[in-house]
Amino acid sequence: MAKVLVVTSGKGGVGKTTSTAAIGAALAQCGQKVVVVDFDVGLRNLDLVLGAERRVVFDLINVVQGVAKLSQALIRDKRLENLWLLPASQTRDKDALTEEGVGRVIGELRESFDWVICDSPAGIERGATLAMRYADEAVIVTNPEVSSVRDSDRIIGMLDSKTVKAEKGERVTKHILITRFDAARAARGEMLAIDDVLEILATPLLGIIPESQDVLRASNVGCPVVINGPSTTAARAYLEATKRLLGETITMKVPAERKGLMKLLLRRRAA
Amino acid sequence: MDAIAEPVTQPVRLRGRSYLAFVFTPVVPIVGWLADLDATVARSPGFFIGKPVVLDLSAVELSRSAIAHLIVSLEKKNIRILGIEGVDQSLLSPTMPPVLSGGRVCEIAQAAPERPEVEVRPQVASLLLDSPVRSGQSVVFPDGDITVLGSVGSGAELVAGGSIHVYGALRGRAMAGVNGNPHARIFCQRIEAELLAIDGYYQTAEELDQTLRNRPAQAWLDGGVMRITPLT
Repeated sequence: MAKVLVVTSGKGGVGKTTSTAAIGAALAQCGQKVVVVDFDVGLRNLDLVLGAERRVVFDLINVVQGVAKLSQALIRDKRLENLWLLPASQTRDKDALTEEGVGRVIGELRESFDWVICDSPAGIERGATLAMRYADEAVIVTNPEVSSVRDSDRIIGMLDSKTVKAEKGERVTKHILITRFDAARAARGEMLAIDDVLEILATPLLGIIPESQDVLRASNVGCPVVINGPSTTAARAYLEATKRLLGETITMKVPAERKGLMKLLLRRRAA
Repeated sequence: MDAIAEPVTQPVRLRGRSYLAFVFTPVVPIVGWLADLDATVARSPGFFIGKPVVLDLSAVELSRSAIAHLIVSLEKKNIRILGIEGVDQSLLSPTMPPVLSGGRVCEIAQAAPERPEVEVRPQVASLLLDSPVRSGQSVVFPDGDITVLGSVGSGAELVAGGSIHVYGALRGRAMAGVNGNPHARIFCQRIEAELLAIDGYYQTAEELDQTLRNRPAQAWLDGGVMRITPLT
C-alpha cells in the first residue's frame, strides 16, 4: 500500500524542496518506487533541484484539469530508474488546484508507486493545505531558530485538523527534520538547541541535517545531494533519516563541528 | 425696556440604550401559527408576561386591519408587543407599536420554566485537552475550566469562563474568568506566557517578573491587581 508523505514547514526557505529531493532519491536508492510531486504552483523549484527543468511538458495542473494524462506528465529521473517527478506549473497559480482534482491525482499515483512525496509550498494557504490534505505521514522541516519553530508548530496544528486523516479521527504520523544545523553556532548559543526545538514541538525527531555547502552545490548542478556527494555529512544524514523513515532504528548523531587540518596545524604552531 | 429673563430650559438629553427582546415571526396561516404559540405558552405559562416581544412581519403580507387583529389576539394571551419589524410604516396606525429596524441577532438560551422549590447545584463544567495546544489554535470554553495535558504553543490562545490549568509550558495567551469571574486563576508548570488575563485585567510578557520565568506559577486577581506567584 502506497504511503503519501508531505514535506512541509510553514516557514519558507528552510529546506523543503532540498529535503524532498534528497529523501526521494534516497528512498529510490533503497529500492522503493518513488514519485515526488511539486505543489508550489507558480514558483516551482523541484524540477530545478532534480535537474529535470528542460524536460517538463505537462504538469500537475494539466493533470488536475484533465488536459493531460498522468503518464504524459511524469518525468523519470535519468540517474535513478525508481524516481519520478510530477512538476508544478510555472505560469499558473495555486487557485487552479482543486481538492477533488488533487485527490484524484494522488489516488492514481498511490496505485503505481510505493511512496508519493508531496513537496509543500511555504505558508498555510491553499497550496500548503492541499499538499497535506491526503497525507499519511508528514516530515516537518525546521531550522533551529525561533521563527521557524513557531511556524512549524502552526503547521503541526494544521496537520491535526485540516487533513483527511484528521477528519476521520486518525493521526498523521509526524516527524521533525532539523535542517541547516550549524554546530559551531549552537555551541555558542546562537541557535536553538535540538532539545529546545523538540520540547517545543513535542514530535519525534527524524534526523539532523548540518548546514553544508555541498547542498547548495548539488542544487546548482540539478542533482540531489545524496547522489551528487554521497560521502558528505549532509548526504549521510539524509540517508540515515530516510532509513529511519523506512523503520530502521539508527542512533541520532548530532553533527559536530568539523575541524579542518589547517586549523589543527595552525593551533599547534600558536601553542 | 426691561429685559425679561426667560427661564433657561435645559433641552431634554436623549440617551440611547439597547435591550434584548424576543422576536415572533408569524407565518401563514396565521391561525395555525397562533395555535402553535398557544401550545408553547401552555408549556411555560406566564413566560412571556412582562417580557419585551417584537413582531417580525417580514414573512407575511398583512393589511392594517389584519395587523391590528393580530396585536389584539396576542394581547389576549398576555403578550405585549414592544415594536414591529419588517413592515411598512404606512400600514401601521398611530396607536400601534412603532416600527423597529436594525435589530441584531442574539442567542437566547431556552430557559426551562423556573422551579424555585428545587435547589439545583451549579455544574462546574471542565474541558480536558490531552495533547499540546499548537500555535495558532484557539480554545474557547466559556462554561468552565480548561485543563491542558501538554504545552501551549506561542501564538495559541485559551479562553475560559473558569480557571486555566496547563500541565506543561504556557507560551501563548491565557484568558480566564471571561464571563466576569474574578476568582478564576491560571496555573502552569512553566510560565512563558505572552499574555495573561483574568476577568478583563491583563498583563503582557513585558511586565512579567524575570525571576518567575521557567518556574511553576499561578496568576490570580487581588482586588484589581493581577498577582503572579511561584507555585512551590
